[in-house]
Amino acid sequence: MALSRSAFEIRDAVRSGEASATEICRESLQRCDSAATTLNAFNLVTPERALERAAAIDRARAAGDALGPLAGVPVALKDNLCLRGVRTTASSKILENFLPPYDATAVRLLEAAGAVIVGKTNCDEFAMGSSNENSAFGPVRNPWALDRIPGGSSGGSAAAVAAGCVPLALGSDTGGSIRQPASFCGVVGLKPTYGRVSRFGLLAFASSLDQIGPFSGSVADSALALSVIAGWDGADATSTRTPVPDYTAALTGDVNGLRVGVPRAFVTEGVHDGVRRAFDAAIDTLRQAGASIVDIELPHARYAIPVYYLVCTAEASSNLARYDGVKYGYRATDAETLREMYSRTRDQGFGPEVKRRIVLGTYVLSAGYYDAFYLKAQQVRTLLRRDYEQAFERVDVVAMPTSPGPPFKLGEKTEDPLQMYLGDIFTVSANLAGLPGISVPCGFADEDGARLPIGFQLLGRPFEESTLLRAADAYERLARV
Amino acid sequence: MAASLTIEDVERVAALAHIELTDEEKTLFTRQLADILHYAEQIQALDTRDIPATAHVRMGDDAEREDQPRPSLTVPDALGNAPDGAPDAGLFRVPRVIGG
Repeated sequence: MALSRSAFEIRDAVRSGEASATEICRESLQRCDSAATTLNAFNLVTPERALERAAAIDRARAAGDALGPLAGVPVALKDNLCLRGVRTTASSKILENFLPPYDATAVRLLEAAGAVIVGKTNCDEFAMGSSNENSAFGPVRNPWALDRIPGGSSGGSAAAVAAGCVPLALGSDTGGSIRQPASFCGVVGLKPTYGRVSRFGLLAFASSLDQIGPFSGSVADSALALSVIAGWDGADATSTRTPVPDYTAALTGDVNGLRVGVPRAFVTEGVHDGVRRAFDAAIDTLRQAGASIVDIELPHARYAIPVYYLVCTAEASSNLARYDGVKYGYRATDAETLREMYSRTRDQGFGPEVKRRIVLGTYVLSAGYYDAFYLKAQQVRTLLRRDYEQAFERVDVVAMPTSPGPPFKLGEKTEDPLQMYLGDIFTVSANLAGLPGISVPCGFADEDGARLPIGFQLLGRPFEESTLLRAADAYERLARV
Repeated sequence: MAASLTIEDVERVAALAHIELTDEEKTLFTRQLADILHYAEQIQALDTRDIPATAHVRMGDDAEREDQPRPSLTVPDALGNAPDGAPDAGLFRVPRVIGG
């Protein structure tokens, strides 16, 4: 499932004139159409707009203009990122005809760098899910095994990169929604530090946890993408003025002396044998390259699932109050009064998982339950953050599997939301603590005759993406040999 | 408390959230949410006296900026996605508000 060309290679070929942005765009669009049919990876492919953009880049080159760092690189966007005038649905019936009046900041930065947006990818509705089965437009299939899920919620973006439609895609990660599908589809997925990338124009799910990040075929391409989309934005008060380094310059291939923390007790419980073997082998590879492996403890990590699902549903119940059938989106037509219109619009417009989370979030914020659930969860969130702060006094990165198992079969967990949630155990802490995290492919598990990708995860100190990317890139080089 | 989540609790909360659930949804959600809340109750055992709450990992050190006047959405843009807009009047139309 190798990509034909990386983002770096495409950019260099377009700059040198060895390939035109238009040729590359046509090839990408063909693959997107094919993945839209076989994998249901796209909610929308945008050929006309993409070819116009590609032609503009070719004209700029012919005129001798300087070309941006992503010149001619085809990029797919998760369908919860606003693209002006292009249908953006969050895979929800309630937004099925929504045309954003503005671009998301990350999208604007990509286009300013020369990227060519080829389409909007399928995802779990409002990014709520771990399997991409909660989309109003049907599930995405895993390109490695069509009867299995690609992971979620950014399943379409992961599948589009894995299937070679695009070398780069954007997703959003609230509790693992970039890293887990990257792991399940055998690609790289990066969740930046909270505040590193502006969230303006990202349809909000849980505002204290959401963060936009890239998927790519290699660590280097994710570093390139992050260099473009990171930075302060006056439209997002949680974005930061911390300077943005050239992340690609950090990729030295050297991990000698890097201290890698492994929370042993935490990562052995309930983990699939194939995942554990691949993880142990990855740690061994880093050790052999000169990294020192340090046992650490994260005593509160086991509480991450309840804390996450109490916090994210509370925030979602508030964020999704805006979908009321008045200003945009779907409206129920059979209502006599305003109140009926709100209630029926929201029942008919939202899918089951979104309604379940809104009801749960409203419950934990309601009188009598706020202290016991919501406030308590926020206090335990503090304890979890402190665990990581203490760990990062002794180590430079923390390593763990991305997911406790390989990609599962479509329909396997849909009846039992709690079982689905428990699979997020290794990814949600990064969001609760605001840390950067990356998932890198580290092998395969064989199950029912299918070869299923496995990823492992590295977490870093806030705003130390460079260290994270350096370690991940070094591992990737060593694993490739 | 959570383990005894009832269908009436779900009805009350759904009404607060303005979602008219079907009877099947009420039954299903009552069971599923009781499971989830029961699981979540494990955090009650932790001692969190004097532990501050984390509502947000970044409380906006960089949140302040100079105001910059710029055009806002035009009325046609703002009404462009409305299910029942009245562009000539510049209004969103909604069903009857009083007497519901």
